[in-house]
Amino acid sequence: MTAEMLGTNVSWVIPVLIFVVFIYAHAKKIRIFETFVEGARDGLFMAARIVPYLIGIYVAVGVFRESGAIDILVNLLSPLLSLVGAPAEVLFLTIVRSLSGPAALGMMLEIFDTHGPDSFIGRLASTLIGSTDTTFYIIAVYFGSVGIRNTRYSIPVGLFADFASFLASVFIVRKMYL
Amino acid sequence: MNYIFSFLILSGITVAFLSGRMDVVVNAAVTSAESAVERAVSLIAVVSLWLGIARVAEKAGLIDAMSRAIAPFFRWLFPSIPKGHPALGCILMNLSANMLGFGSAATPFGLKAMQELQSLNKKPDTATEAMCTFLAINTSSVTLVPATLVALRTSAGSKNPSEIVGAVLFATTCSTLAAITADYVMRITNRWRSKGL
Repeated sequence: MTAEMLGTNVSWVIPVLIFVVFIYAHAKKIRIFETFVEGARDGLFMAARIVPYLIGIYVAVGVFRESGAIDILVNLLSPLLSLVGAPAEVLFLTIVRSLSGPAALGMMLEIFDTHGPDSFIGRLASTLIGSTDTTFYIIAVYFGSVGIRNTRYSIPVGLFADFASFLASVFIVRKMYL
Repeated sequence: MNYIFSFLILSGITVAFLSGRMDVVVNAAVTSAESAVERAVSLIAVVSLWLGIARVAEKAGLIDAMSRAIAPFFRWLFPSIPKGHPALGCILMNLSANMLGFGSAATPFGLKAMQELQSLNKKPDTATEAMCTFLAINTSSVTLVPATLVALRTSAGSKNPSEIVGAVLFATTCSTLAAITADYVMRITNRWRSKGL
């Protein structure tokens, strides 16, 4: 299973999906254009909402990197991280991901800008973001909405799944692209 | 998140001070803020495009179709929900919306599902087994179409933005299986313990 094979195999997935959606919507007599515009307007708001998070994360990560603090952290963690073969930024991203969705997206975009989306670390960040969710946020909002205070084993189970995602992402991206 | 944010900034400034490169800090802060705004502009384009298409899919009833398709796979995970109870329907709708990458459509179904599950709850301040299972699956993120991710990769100038889908499917399957297993183990050991008492 080579990267190119899988790459070319999946690049048609999204165009085909769009095609199917439009045919399906047409059959259901949906006013496609108006519905599209409505959704796109939500996209505009969502993008606007994420801007402050982006600025915060970009500045924090920028200062952390340019000051050289990141090199110290990487040196400290490298024995541990070389064991699984993951860069320090990605471990950081895993932690941020479980806390805040927009912040994690910001951090991923920062990695894209610094290293490129098609670099090893860019692909690893993408896989990680695609396969995890904001564990703490979801647990807080969902349980909070019905007034549950004792969440029992939900948090350990959620964090265990995040850790499994981290290991699986490192494994598959190394296997496919290194 | 607050700790992480201050940790990054404070340790950055401390290191810069110790290595006598304080000028770097302000420079890095300003350039980073600028590139964040640049990124945000291209973000508007791709995110709007995707949410537009997602809305069409949603209105056409793709989420309904999906939840019918996945029902047989998920019913056995929730043995404590009585047959025909609306809770299962809401859970399926939420998971389907997540699978298709419609995060914003997923949340209302998820909250409704929690309400329905709460109506089956005998101890209103404590989570039920079904709630824990639902959240385990939900937080491990079941994604079949990582549309936002592909859109973000496009906006960052990736040569093949959707090549990542294969790796995501692998990782998301692993983490969901890990979540279901961990939830099952915790459920059984908790039952043991409460019987022991």
